[in-house]
Amino acid sequence: MAIKVVERRPLSLAERTYLPQILAGLKVTWDNMMRPAVTLQYPEERPTIPNGYRGVPTLVRDPNGREKCVSCQLCEFVCPPKAIRITPGEIAPTAANAHVEKAPQEFEINMLRCIYCGLCQEVCPEEAIWLQSQYSMTGTNREMMVNNKAKLYELGGTLPDSHYKWDRKKAEAERQAESGH
Amino acid sequence: MVTDNKPSLVTLNVDGVEHQVPAGANLVDALAKIGKEVPHYCYHPKLPVAGNCRMCLVELGSPLRDRATNELVLENGKPKIGWQPKPAIACATTVSPGLHVRLESPGVKACREGVTEMLLLNHPLDCPICDQAGECKLQEYSAEYGRGASRYVDEKNAKPKHTRLGPRVTLDDERCILCSRCVRFTAEIAKDPVLGFVNRGSYNTLTCFPGRELANNYSLNTVDICPVGALTSTDFRFKMRVWFLKQTASIDTESSAGANTTVWSREGKIYRITPRQNDAVNDTWMADSGRELFKAVDAPNRITRATVKTSAVTLDAALTAAAEVLAAGPLAIVGSAHASVEEQRVLAHLAKQKGAKVYIPAHRGAGDGLLVSEDRSPNFRGALVTGLTDHAADTDLKALAADIEAGKVKSVLIIREDVTACGLPASTLAKVRSVVLATHHDVTTAAAEIVLPVLSVFERSGTFVNCQFRLQAFAQAVPGPAGVLPDLLVLAKLAGADATSIWSDLAANVPALAGLNGALLPAGGVQLDGAAWSAVPFPEGKLLKFAPVAQA
Amino acid sequence: MEQLLNDFLLSKAWYFISARGLTAIVILMSIAAYAVLLERKASAWIQGRVGPNRTNHPLIAWIPFVGTFLQKGGFIQPAADGLKFLFKEDPLPGHVRKTTYILAPIIALAPALLALVMLPFGRLPTGEVITLCPGADIGVLFMFAISSLGVYGIALAGWSANSKYPFLGAVRGSAQLISYELAMGLSVLTVFLATATPDQDNALSLVSMVDAQKGVWNLFYHPVAALVFLICIFAEANRHPFDMPESETDLVGGFHTEYGSFKFGLFFVAEYSHMIIGSSLFIVMFLGGWHFAPGVPTVGDGLIASLFGVAWFFFKLCAFLFFFVWVRWTVPRFRYDQVMRIGWRVLLPVAVLNLIAYFIWYAVKG
Repeated sequence: MAIKVVERRPLSLAERTYLPQILAGLKVTWDNMMRPAVTLQYPEERPTIPNGYRGVPTLVRDPNGREKCVSCQLCEFVCPPKAIRITPGEIAPTAANAHVEKAPQEFEINMLRCIYCGLCQEVCPEEAIWLQSQYSMTGTNREMMVNNKAKLYELGGTLPDSHYKWDRKKAEAERQAESGH
Repeated sequence: MVTDNKPSLVTLNVDGVEHQVPAGANLVDALAKIGKEVPHYCYHPKLPVAGNCRMCLVELGSPLRDRATNELVLENGKPKIGWQPKPAIACATTVSPGLHVRLESPGVKACREGVTEMLLLNHPLDCPICDQAGECKLQEYSAEYGRGASRYVDEKNAKPKHTRLGPRVTLDDERCILCSRCVRFTAEIAKDPVLGFVNRGSYNTLTCFPGRELANNYSLNTVDICPVGALTSTDFRFKMRVWFLKQTASIDTESSAGANTTVWSREGKIYRITPRQNDAVNDTWMADSGRELFKAVDAPNRITRATVKTSAVTLDAALTAAAEVLAAGPLAIVGSAHASVEEQRVLAHLAKQKGAKVYIPAHRGAGDGLLVSEDRSPNFRGALVTGLTDHAADTDLKALAADIEAGKVKSVLIIREDVTACGLPASTLAKVRSVVLATHHDVTTAAAEIVLPVLSVFERSGTFVNCQFRLQAFAQAVPGPAGVLPDLLVLAKLAGADATSIWSDLAANVPALAGLNGALLPAGGVQLDGAAWSAVPFPEGKLLKFAPVAQA
Repeated sequence: MEQLLNDFLLSKAWYFISARGLTAIVILMSIAAYAVLLERKASAWIQGRVGPNRTNHPLIAWIPFVGTFLQKGGFIQPAADGLKFLFKEDPLPGHVRKTTYILAPIIALAPALLALVMLPFGRLPTGEVITLCPGADIGVLFMFAISSLGVYGIALAGWSANSKYPFLGAVRGSAQLISYELAMGLSVLTVFLATATPDQDNALSLVSMVDAQKGVWNLFYHPVAALVFLICIFAEANRHPFDMPESETDLVGGFHTEYGSFKFGLFFVAEYSHMIIGSSLFIVMFLGGWHFAPGVPTVGDGLIASLFGVAWFFFKLCAFLFFFVWVRWTVPRFRYDQVMRIGWRVLLPVAVLNLIAYFIWYAVKG
């Protein structure tokens, strides 16, 4: 690669006194002072949350109301600050989603530990955990900052599903059972 | 002929590199020994070869010889290799001198990819809910040797996902790859052939014989050897992912067979126990009954506080009171074959110091000829080795009861034994001052004056001597209840002994343990010389790796 | 009433002197406190922010319009800050030299308060000068002498903290003060050369300095001296771009690293007091003191002229303080070697040459 040596222009006397530069600087800051503030007055004004914002991690249901988490604990494993704690459990054979077999008994995310990295969402094979637009988590004690399963589903709500993986599998099993095998 | 114990070696050529491997070895094992992995599902070193998974296909060849002269055929100055036209399964091949193996050739890779794709055709890929995930051979090999994507466009077969094979084993038929390991295990090892395959082709299904179930005491070994998540432990099912579990080497305490085990725990909670391979003791098996022992750790009757006359006190206060009781008068000690070698040694010192007579209650049960012996305590041989006793275990404690009634014994120290179940009634125990070291409340602790809490085998470390006189170490898997000291420290405080120097004492003063250190034992344990106690009548019958010495 | 005001301003009775002292402290403290607010607001405006606009007291917030105005303007903030300094735990680190550690903030603030004594704010209709110490005729010397003592506070703070960053800050502060004191003195000398005549009484009085500017302000007669003096008061007050003793990017917190709560608050007030002293001196010497404009000494007459003069003086002071703040949030900090070079190799020669030029000018002119 060719090296181009750029000669540094010697400073003029005026430049060496700094004074014109300082005056120019003062003008810049003065102009800034005349501009309106860009501050968002937070509690009264709320920011618009862009799509794909990584807010508080939540658990979601599919449009049929089935809880998507199967407690595979991959998020618990991948979580860098170990904020997630899952107690896995078996779905009762009589339940509507018994064909999924496994679901979390308890699912806790400690928001004092969470670093909003989104690895849990990335690793989730069931697309059950989503970092959504909720950005403000507050509490007056440590217990309040631990989101349990009920809270996580309340925060998460329902998200569209493009696979319906388990429902399709169930339908196929029923179809095969009817056709003799 | 081979005269020493070392097997003779043969030369094996793997991908052009020559290795020395033991003659007569199975090719899969021989390659594993030199660090080459041959993927396999159906092959298990402790089971007969079935050769039905076809995952271990390799290319084999051997040097060509001229039929006329029987000379090696040379090519460019080197022996010419005659490669077999079709791949062969490594698991059904025994190494022979000059055998050439290709593990990395395009043909072998294509074989593996093909087999993997085939196996995955109807596999449900429900790894997120599968308990085998993390220790699943299908998962590992698919990542390592699979082609990454399926070309299968039809719907997968649906099979029963939740079949009860027995009281402890649940079957997920969709995940089964039909390797037949479980079938061979139940037939060859457990001698309880109840499993078999029905139907054909894609509908081939593992099932129990009609009217039977997989209920023998070794059924959970099928879960261990199942390379996929088809057979799952009903107890461990959906409890915890294996990658969170810490593995700790331990010993099965249910009998003197001393099966080697691995304790799987997370954050102080034990989730399961599996066998640990020890070819001298248990191969890769263990009994189902030994896998449930960990549940006693969190049992509701666990003792967590020292008590003096049923009122809770600090451990220090209880130890002071106990020392006073031990000094109160003629002392008798009820030792235990459940205590470790180290604890028994300290106890032996204490007995000598106080001039106390030592009783060791016997625990007897039916042996099954495999890994559960007639002696249902893990360490009676340890009591002999450490000098705690010199004769067979006491079938009951009536002699001690008589001594108490006669006033010859004024105080009793009881280690880990429920003496009321051995012929010493609680009413008799109440007549003397007593100190009990125990892990769980029972009739004896209720009747005792002083109860000192101690730790279970999962919460402390030490060594046991099994029925073969094999010294085996167990390590602490989980922390004990807060404030509870291990038996060794409690006994050392009672005896005024130094718990840290116990192994220098044992190594110096016990001929059978000369030069050993319990903290530095090899994984498989150390075989001790038990000839000195050949006159002691032991109850054990034949076991998997143990044959009783004929009594004179 | 007029008599009381007269006595308050001029009487030499001890209680009037005490009252004047207290007044000085109250004035200085409140100006310093609101200078902090100005600093925070101005920096916010420059950076496109809003600045303090949350602090309020329920009783004040209840007043319509005024309460909102006071809150939005941050006018309650200095009170909150002051209370915070007052009520915070006052730690005494274990490794410090205790006597000097406690003494240092007091020594830093006392000279600033003391220097204020000589400052003339305006003139009564009777012709008396409004000042805390009427009649003193060595104002300039006194103010220079006393305000320079402020650096002892910095030096003692850095030394007594017994930790390296404060020590470095203190050493820098002392060196900087010595370097800029020279140029400052020389630049002022030209002004006195012009305003004072031989055998004149009160030659060094600040009052006569102001009186000499009834027509054209000194700024226009002595622009070079004014510039040198301006730069020097920035350096003397340890303000950006000359805040070497503090220099939080390289010295953690500089000389007051080990200080907290009220003792830190004293240093804080001292810094702003030095700004106020410096600004006042500049106003008195170059910007005509309480005179309205060059050539227009007063507006109105009688008491009104007096009050207007005082008010105008304070207006100039506020404007100058704003200038201090404005410069701080514009110019980045000099390196320490640059500070030394500017002091010794630029300002000192310029001041000397300027003085010689005026010597020659007056010699030729006679």
